[in-house]
Parts: sequence; structure tokens; C-alpha cells
Amino acid sequence: MARMTMIEAIRDAMDVKMGQDEDVVVFGEDVGYFGGVFRCTHGLQAKYGKERCFDAPINESAIVGAGIGMATYGKRPCIEIQFADYVLPAYDQIVSEAARMRHRSNGEFTCPMVVRMPTGGGIFGGQTHSQSPEAIFTHVSGLKTVIPSNPYDAKGLLIAAIEDDDPVIFLEPKRLYNGPFDGHHELAVTPWSKHEKGEVPEGHYTVPIGKAQIVREGSDVTILAYGTMVFVAEAAAREQGIDAEVIDLRSLLPLDLETIQKSVEKTGRCVVVHEATLTSGFGAELAALVQQHCFYSLEAPVKRVAGWDTPYPHAQEWDYFPGPKRVGAALKATLEAK
Amino acid sequence: MSKKSDNKAVSTKSNAPEFTKDEDLYAYREMLLIRRFEEKAGQMYGMGLIGGFCHLYIGQEAVVTGVHMASKKGDASITGYRDHGHMLIVGLDPKAVMAELTGRAGGLSKGKGGSMHMFSNEERFYGGNGIVGAQVSLGTGLAFAAKYRGEDNVSLTYFGDGASNQGQVYESFNMAKLWSLPVIYIIENNKYAMGTSLERAASTTDLSQRGASFGIPGEQVDGMDVRMVREASERAIKHAREGKGPYILEMQTYRYRGHSMSDPAKYRSKDEVQSMRTERDPIEQVKTRILDKGWATEDELKAIDKDIRAIVSEAADFATNDPEPDVSELYTEITV
Ligand SMILES: Cc1ncc(C[n+]2csc(CCOP(=O)(O)OP(=O)(O)O)c2C)c(N)n1
Ligand SMILES: [Mg+2]
Repeated sequence: MARMTMIEAIRDAMDVKMGQDEDVVVFGEDVGYFGGVFRCTHGLQAKYGKERCFDAPINESAIVGAGIGMATYGKRPCIEIQFADYVLPAYDQIVSEAARMRHRSNGEFTCPMVVRMPTGGGIFGGQTHSQSPEAIFTHVSGLKTVIPSNPYDAKGLLIAAIEDDDPVIFLEPKRLYNGPFDGHHELAVTPWSKHEKGEVPEGHYTVPIGKAQIVREGSDVTILAYGTMVFVAEAAAREQGIDAEVIDLRSLLPLDLETIQKSVEKTGRCVVVHEATLTSGFGAELAALVQQHCFYSLEAPVKRVAGWDTPYPHAQEWDYFPGPKRVGAALKATLEAK
Repeated sequence: MSKKSDNKAVSTKSNAPEFTKDEDLYAYREMLLIRRFEEKAGQMYGMGLIGGFCHLYIGQEAVVTGVHMASKKGDASITGYRDHGHMLIVGLDPKAVMAELTGRAGGLSKGKGGSMHMFSNEERFYGGNGIVGAQVSLGTGLAFAAKYRGEDNVSLTYFGDGASNQGQVYESFNMAKLWSLPVIYIIENNKYAMGTSLERAASTTDLSQRGASFGIPGEQVDGMDVRMVREASERAIKHAREGKGPYILEMQTYRYRGHSMSDPAKYRSKDEVQSMRTERDPIEQVKTRILDKGWATEDELKAIDKDIRAIVSEAADFATNDPEPDVSELYTEITV
């Protein structure tokens, strides 16, 4: 099996689907000729032509709006928004149009569109290149929101997303594009070529939307994480010598509540970790669900570790970023809580 | 409609208005300050002192310089993320700008903003902005406020060729004309938006005419010749200040470096960049004029350069040695 970076895996997923299905089109800012600022679409225009992989002007709202039109007509657009921070001009189209098309037409029309976007921090991007906006999507019924943490999942989930008949928000943790970053910014990151999760099968396969994965088994505490935080959580558990079970949610909506519930019933404790700001973050939803479904198994309050409730900083990025130290402290506190 | 629109041509040097000695020397100095500052920022980025995103203005110096020469104290300006030149030209301290790039306590935004987010109420500079096109509606609002207060200030709203396609630009144009706002939309057309050339992203490439359907006059200007920039800006600013409403200036310019420090700029040829540098460089143009007219000797110009290098070195030293902001700063200035 070939080892790939997450960028290559994402490109491969689009390549596979473009090869299989004429209706799949790929577009966005700098996506065609240039191949994307992160190179995710590199080579696709040369291979499939300008009708199927093309540049759009800097027009997030109309890019997504036109994508919705294409999708309702029967195409399968796979759109790139250059950074998740720039999706906001398109938020209206996503919420008022894409998410509502199926319901308001009583199923007459659906919106099989994927909107891909790099998310998260750790790259010194400051407030307009670092944010984690997943909760503004999970708050909207009619959308699916997924976030892979490795090349294998990225390819399988993206193929599943393109094949899905509903709009899928596909978040790509940009700090993981080239290797599994665990929050130790002072150390070099192991490239995916040296990591088992960099192994990506050729051709078509899917990772089903709505299925979490236990990436580390343990019996004392459950950590719910996604994206970059999966590796941070693993590092924290390892460094603290804590027998934690780490669940990579992969799909936020639909959510794999079954896997979460089973784990928390076993461990009796739960820590939720995300990069996004704490208040009204997706962690609030997770904490509420865990207490609702696992109340009688819980031996400690559910704890959340998240970005501080501040704009994403320029200086002091590592004071903001919920790294292994902060996660480790939360794990200890949760284990000690009576 | 634009009086220039039917017989519009890219201005050439032959019809460029002459500068006085003082004006040429001023333009030389200011443009050189921006150039040397940006070169230093590029070096410091390479050394890891500046992180993340850093967009250099090298090649475009004549635009802000010429516009500034036509404006007056009190006029507001606002731009996107390629903003270092815009701050230096209105007189902001190079030390504080550089220290913001390095994220230090002495930075203009105390390390909160970074390269793309610096502001000055004193100099009426309303910021860089990381969101492409956002400054256009904000700049329209600045003009509204100036007019509402009965002040004779105008809004100098700068944005790129790529930004000129954003939807809110046209929403702003309509409002600005409808309400006859004193705003000059200055499109810095450097031919590329990141890796995408204007032709690949725009159905019409004469950006000066983008306001035509709203009745906003516009001109294409040789943005590499500071004299042409100043002349056109004077016309546009007069128009706006006299209450005749918005005006569009398409400054035809060029950025020599990549989009940001992480862009190797493979989407254009080396020849293209080189011919701009050798044939159209805004600073060389002024320098040649100064020498030809005997307004300064080669040595005197070197002395100016030395002076500027000292200012820039001082800024770099400050930005390197100034302490980082205290962690508690994370939680300040969010809301009160
Ligand atoms: C809303 C939004 N979309 C996309 C981006 C990413 N982006 C940053 S700069 C840029 C190109 C803008 O080009 P242009 O307006 O021509 O300005 P220039 O960089 O040439 O000065 C893009 C696409 C962004 N910052 N904001
Ligand atoms: Mg441009």
C-alpha cells in the first residue's frame, strides 16, 4: 500500500470520484491552474480538463450558491474554500439553501455537494487562518459535518462525502496535512510516510459517515476528540501514563453516539477536547449527550478542554492552543474527582 | 459617467505631470523606506522571527505614495492584508509596525493583530484586513460617517484585483453612489490574486469600469509612476471632497514577490517579473529623474538610502528584542 500525506489522500479521493463519475466537478479559488494553495487539487485540471476542475473568482457566497444550483440539477460539486475562516460569506447559502433544500422540497430535490475547507490552528495564522468553526455547522440541521484526522480516513470519508446525497461540510485539519501533529510544537512532526495511518489503499473505498473510531483503548477515562486533537489527546494520555480510551469522532453530525456511550459506560469518566473556543462549542453538545445517556455510569463531571474564549491570537499561539499539558491536567483532575 | 471612460488609455510617461524637486525627493524617500522595510521583513521571516502570513508590498510603492501625496490629514484609509506600505506612508512608526509582525508587546496592536491587523486612530488608518473584500464595505462606512459629520474627509479604500470580484464590493458601490459618499475606491491591480491571474478570474479586466452600471466614474492609472498616481488621485479626491460621490482608480501595478512569504510564485514567468523590475520599477523611475535633473548626486541618494537603512535596522532590532506580550493579554480587549 502506498503511503500518502493527507493532501495526497484528499486529492486521490477526488481523482477516484472524478474518474468514476462525470458529474463530479471540483472548483474554488486557485484550485484549477494553480492546484490549490495547499496543493490538494494539483494535477486534476491537467487530467480532467477545465470543465471539471476550475478556478473561481474570490466569491465565496456565489461559489457555494452556484454549487447548490449545480447539485440540485444533478451534478456533484466538490468545492474548496481556501480556509475555513473564509466560509462565512457563504454561510447564508449553506444554511438557508443547501441545508434546507431536501426538507422544504419534501425530497423533490437534494443537494449532493461537498464543501471542503482547511480548519484549525497551529500554523501561526492568527485570527483569519486558524479558526475551528465546526459548531456553526453542527448547529444546522440538514448538514453533515465530518473531520478526518489521518490520510486513510481523509480519503475514505471524502469519497463517502462526494457520494452522499446531502450537503457535507468536510473539515481538513491543516496542521495534520503533512504529519500527525500532537501539540509539541517544539519538536519536528513525523511525516505521514513514516506513520501507519499514512497507508492509503489505491482506488475506491469509503469510511462511512457517522462512525467514530477508537484509536486507543483504555479503561479509566474516555477522551472524545477529533482532528488535530486526536493526536494531542493520545500524547497527553501517554505522557501522563493514564489508561485513557481515545475516540476519534471523525463525523460530528451524524454522531456515533453508540461508540461514545459504550466507552463512557466502561470508563465512567469523560473528557472532551477541541481546538475551537469553549463557549457554545461542539464540546457542549458532547457533554450534554454524555450526561444524558451515561448519567448513571459517570463518576466525575464531564470536563471540556478547548481554546480559550478569545479570538485566535497572533502572538501567544501556544498559550491558546489546548496542548498535551492542558489536556493532561484535565485528565488527572477527572481521574481524581470523586 | 466617467469622463475618461470613452477615450481612456493607460497613461504613459510622456504625459506625466512633472514633480518639483521636493516632490521627487519626497517620493523617493518614502518609496525607498517601504521597499527597505519590506526587504527587512522578508529577511526576518526567513530567520523565523516573523511567523505565519506576511505579504510584502515590494513593487507597488508608488500607489500609496502617490495617493498620499494627493490626500490631506484627516482622510481615512483602509486596506487588506498587504498593508505595511499603507501604514508607513501615513507616518506610523516603523518600529511599532515591525514589532507587530514579530508579535511583541510594543507592536501597534500589542501582538494581537499581526501583519494583517494594525490600526491608528491618530492617523485615521482603519486597518489591514485578512478577509478579502471586507475593507470595501467598511471603507464605504467610513465615508458615510465623514459625510454625516459634515467633515470634508474622504475615505481611501484600497483593495486588490482579486478582491474586486467579491460581492460586497458591488453592494458597496451601489450604496456609495446612492448616498453620494466621499469614497475613492483604489483597486491595486497587480495582475494576480494569489496564484490566479486576473484573466482567469474576471469576465472583464478593465477594473476601472466596474462601477459603470452604478454611474461611478473610473480611470486606469499607471500605478508604477508615482506622478500619474498622484495626478489621478487629486482628481478623484477633489471629486469626492466636492460632494460628487465615489470614484474608482484602477492602479496598474505589480508585486515582485510571491503572494505571501510561503508562495514560490510558480504561476508566472521569471521574465515577466524581471521585465517589470528593470523597465517599470517605481523607485528607479524617480531616481533616474532626480539624477537626470541634477537634483541630487548619486552620493546624496546613497546617503538617503543609508539613512533609511538605519531606520529599518532600528525597527528590526526593536522588533527582535522587545518582549512578548504577557499571557494575560489574551483576554484583554475582547468586550467590555
Ligand atoms: C474572503 C476571503 N477569501 C479568500 C481569502 C484567501 N486569499 C487571501 S489573499 C487572496 C488573493 C487576493 O488577491 P488580490 O485581491 O488581488 O490582492 P493582492 O494579494 O494581489 O494584493 C486570497 C484568495 C481571504 N483572505 N479571504
Ligand atoms: Mg492582486
